[in-house]
Amino acid sequence: MKVTIDSITIEVEPGTTILNAARMIGGDIVPPAMCYYSKLEGSGGKCRTCLVQVSKGSEKDPRPMPKLVASCRTTVMDGMEVKNISSPEVIEARKGVVEMLLINHPLDCPVCDQAGECHLQDLGYEHGAAKTRYEFDRRTFEKIDIGDKIQLHMTRCILCYRCVFVADQITDHRIHGILNRGDHSEISTYITKAVDNDFSGNVIDVCPVGALTDKTFRFKNRVWFTKPVEAHRECENPKCCGKVTLWYKGEDVLRVTARKDEYGEAEEFICNTCRFDKKKTIDWVIEGPRKVSHKSVISSNHYDTLKPLPVVKTNPLLQQANKEQFERETRL
Amino acid sequence: MGRKLLLEHINVPGINTFDVYRSKGGYAAVEKALKTLTPEEVVEEVKKSGLRGRGGAGFPTGMKWSFLAKPEGVERYLVCNADESEPGTFKDRFLMTYIPHLLIEGMIVASFALGAKTSYIYVRGEMMPQIRILEKAIAEAKAKGFLGKNILGTGYDLELYVQPGGGAYICGEETALLESLEGKRGNPRIKPPFPAIAGLYGCPTVVNNVESIAAVVPIINDGGDEYAKIGIGRSTGTKLISAGGNLKKPGVYEIDLGLPAEEFLYSDDYCGGIANGKLLKAVVAGGSSVPILPANLFLKTINNEARLMSYESLADGGFVSGTMMGSGGFIAYDEDQCIVRNTWNFARFYHHESCGQCSPCREGTGWMEKVLHRLEYGHGKMSDMDLLVDVSKKIEGNTICPLGDAAAWPVASAIRHFRDEFEWHVTNAYEATTRNYGLAHYADPLNAVIA
Repeated sequence: MKVTIDSITIEVEPGTTILNAARMIGGDIVPPAMCYYSKLEGSGGKCRTCLVQVSKGSEKDPRPMPKLVASCRTTVMDGMEVKNISSPEVIEARKGVVEMLLINHPLDCPVCDQAGECHLQDLGYEHGAAKTRYEFDRRTFEKIDIGDKIQLHMTRCILCYRCVFVADQITDHRIHGILNRGDHSEISTYITKAVDNDFSGNVIDVCPVGALTDKTFRFKNRVWFTKPVEAHRECENPKCCGKVTLWYKGEDVLRVTARKDEYGEAEEFICNTCRFDKKKTIDWVIEGPRKVSHKSVISSNHYDTLKPLPVVKTNPLLQQANKEQFERETRL
Repeated sequence: MGRKLLLEHINVPGINTFDVYRSKGGYAAVEKALKTLTPEEVVEEVKKSGLRGRGGAGFPTGMKWSFLAKPEGVERYLVCNADESEPGTFKDRFLMTYIPHLLIEGMIVASFALGAKTSYIYVRGEMMPQIRILEKAIAEAKAKGFLGKNILGTGYDLELYVQPGGGAYICGEETALLESLEGKRGNPRIKPPFPAIAGLYGCPTVVNNVESIAAVVPIINDGGDEYAKIGIGRSTGTKLISAGGNLKKPGVYEIDLGLPAEEFLYSDDYCGGIANGKLLKAVVAGGSSVPILPANLFLKTINNEARLMSYESLADGGFVSGTMMGSGGFIAYDEDQCIVRNTWNFARFYHHESCGQCSPCREGTGWMEKVLHRLEYGHGKMSDMDLLVDVSKKIEGNTICPLGDAAAWPVASAIRHFRDEFEWHVTNAYEATTRNYGLAHYADPLNAVIA
């Protein structure tokens, strides 16, 4: 199946979503996604940041789609033409969505542990306005402890439902969901009933903002001062892969997370023992430094290598341009 | 007064009981459909009748039925949407209270047409008396052999259940209704897949409004062609209108579609004009979600033709100078009503009822409500009107379900048509808290209005 996104054509399997097709192309044309998580079934469609315009439905039915569609939940058709950053309506709508996501967000990045690896921070930086038009009190909630290792700070939550899907699909039994509706909705463990489960720690990794944070790491350090290192161990839990990223500050492992790809998604989920209890270098087999996208603040002062996108590899013209751009960026 | 198809026997004492309903020709449609027609022929009759969904969107019912997927060995469901919660609409409650057997009869015929063995009536949780009435009616029909196994000896089985909802407006959206019916949180699903392919419990499902299902009864009794003769153009048949607001005779009226709006409003057969000798200022023609219109634009279209009560005529002029049929919740405002306060009231409702699933609606409805509250209480700014229009544009069309659109339209249209009243609330802030703006020029002949 052929799909064209912002004038770049790619061949994909039937059933691929527009977002995943765009990720195969890579680069600036990938729509941002706050709620979609490829490893969680049924996620996506809620945050509306990945809205795109379908200017041609398919080869068979070339009519454009009447409304902007959520690219994470719309599958491609043969000959579909999609406009993302080349459509002014999409840019305008996305700006609107980012504004909506931020009006009730506390914007407490200076004291938030997620700062530096927060998707909302990146999104606001790329698409948001410097000033808000919202002149009312923001909604606030009390902090809730979910067990002794995880803290929920609902005030920062953007209700992406990712942690609900984790509770549904990764952990054994769900004691976690959404209470209330509208802008009073809150993630809840049903009257602070502790989530005590081997895989509950993954809610920290899937949270795109600082609403769910690791209490063993809270206020210990800023993420961009720590050095990510890939490591693995033989985990006793058969469902856990044991492959993690260790975040070092000097000699100490400050925290352990799953390995996250360039879209911030965990490659494989890890268990709570690996995440919370194994914080000594001796517990792990070190593999080497973890590559973090050069666009992330975490990789500042790290060296980078040229990694061309799949679509660039086949086109000599793009190859040259890509090389030049890489050199220009890394010179800084 | 036009002919009555649904409410013909509404004044007969005891029509809510099976025996009286049957003696007035009730359940004839069940007999006719089950004994003389095939399911395909019933669908064909409904298609011929041109019946359009009475719940708000106006999608042709026959077409919807023919889209239903019919894979072998998979259950199909019919769900009746009785979660009527649109402000200004009370026709379904009226129908269920006084003539419940009409809905039961319609459900049997429609379920037969769709091949459903189990059907549900999803009733809004606040309507507890209506739930009791329906359950009693179902028990009566079952006792007489019109429900259950082998109905009337035709070999067709049907179980009909009444399910009370939790009382959320969002559960009137068909996919949220199905989620709620399955026992989950009432969040709208992301479409596709549409319910006709994968609805209740993942099976093909049709969701229809109470009035649409009730209208199937006269269609089968008289034939689709007869039904299509009533009405005008693509708006066929009769429609229940819940008339409310500052009217002399508010209530539920059955009208032939195509009735002139002026006649409906002022004729003694219908609403009887505005109460207390006041003048009409504005009209919401189809429930709170549709754009509000000033009196002059409601009675005449922008081309100076008389406005008719039909899907097409009400929509004439699009969003600039038209409105929509919606669910038939007709609200009239006299000269003493404040449009800003009314718009705030609607915005407050949508803020309260947003499910909170997708961000533009969750955050935007609350924002609009707060800005409108500020305007109404005299703390507004001149820039607020543009802000509201901009926020409503950011919500409209960018959400999972139509609740976002429904929240955006009344705000955008109120500012479009009543902008000077909003501005007066800013410039005369103190006065605005003590008196209303009044009629102004909203009932002037059309050529005075710059649209």
